Amino acid sequence: MAEYEEPPEVHWVDEQAGPVVRPYAVTRGRARPVTGKFDLTSQVCTVRTVSSQDIGLGPEHLAIVTLCGRRLSVAEVAAHLDLPLGTVRVLLGDLLERQLVRVFEPRPAPVLTDDSVFEQVINGLRAL
Amino acid sequence: MGYAHSDGADQTGTTGELMPTAVKILIAGGFGVGKTTLVGAVSETRPLRTEELLTEEGVSVDDLSGVEAKTTTTVAMDFGRISINEELVLYLFGTPGQDRFWFVWDELALGALGAVILADTRRLADCFPSVDYFEKHGTPFVVAVNCFEGARQHRLDEVTQALNLDPGVPVMLCDARSRESGKAVLIAVLEHAMRSHRAMSPATAG
Ligand SMILES: Nc1nc2c(ncn2[C@@H]2O[C@H](COP(=O)(O)OP(=O)(O)OP(=O)(O)O)[C@@H](O)[C@H]2O)c(=O)[nH]1
Ligand SMILES: [Mg+2]
Repeated sequence: MAEYEEPPEVHWVDEQAGPVVRPYAVTRGRARPVTGKFDLTSQVCTVRTVSSQDIGLGPEHLAIVTLCGRRLSVAEVAAHLDLPLGTVRVLLGDLLERQLVRVFEPRPAPVLTDDSVFEQVINGLRAL
Repeated sequence: MGYAHSDGADQTGTTGELMPTAVKILIAGGFGVGKTTLVGAVSETRPLRTEELLTEEGVSVDDLSGVEAKTTTTVAMDFGRISINEELVLYLFGTPGQDRFWFVWDELALGALGAVILADTRRLADCFPSVDYFEKHGTPFVVAVNCFEGARQHRLDEVTQALNLDPGVPVMLCDARSRESGKAVLIAVLEHAMRSHRAMSPATAG
């Protein structure tokens, strides 16, 4: 196996892209969640407290459990933890596998026979 | 003790809890055109920011088997939320308008109700990638001309012409800093999307 080379700390690609980062330190190298899909707008909700039987959880997992006492989207979880989305998806997969959280998938694109969602959102915006 | 519930999945959603769902609208447009400003003006909180890891070729890191840090970069998305009611949340995603971020666009555009393309009349060409993308993917969109200096001197039909838009695509003026103006733009997208949706639907008689 090749020697692992420490990547440079920060390397600016250009002003549009952020710095190159070392991905997945938090997930111990895993790029994919063990379970779940986790759309940006999937809603995550904590359903039970962490117990001593829940082994293998890091501080970021615990932070998500606390954060999602109130229902939040995957994107919001990532923003609040200041972690990349891919990383957060892996952590959420761990929590879903342990049934610490529930995930509500986003509403699918409206099917042809149902356009009530447009009206709901329009009326909601007008009422703001 | 006693706080380890084996029936954790049944703790919520038991009696009468509404199924929470989310919908989204994309805010696209060129660099510095006011995307984040618009998201902030209409959202219930300040814009949040999240990042996605990409390879330099713009591919999702999730799609790679051998992930190496040197091949990755990040792309940032700004987003905001508007709670429509107990069961429905609207998310607004400000999307980077660069071709190299197509992968992010694909994820964002999937299931989106519609899109706003913010335009600055001094740099209309910046809109082309967004217009092309939404046309190709069938995402209903409106063009909102942000009222920077000089925007009002342009006629909206000139914008339609310059961007070679389908005549049915709404073009409107907006002030990305104004909540009322932002709301009007969002309502315009939704009405346009609803019309497009009904036009495709076989069973609508008014
Ligand atoms: N005069 C005027 N200035 C505006 C308006 N909208 C935004 N701005 C300003 O334009 C600048 C860029 O706005 P942003 O909202 O950051 O633009 P953006 O599209 O998110 O920019 P990037 O994410 O960097 O591509 C900010 O300084 C805003 O305050 C507007 O309607 N009128
Ligand atoms: Mg921005």
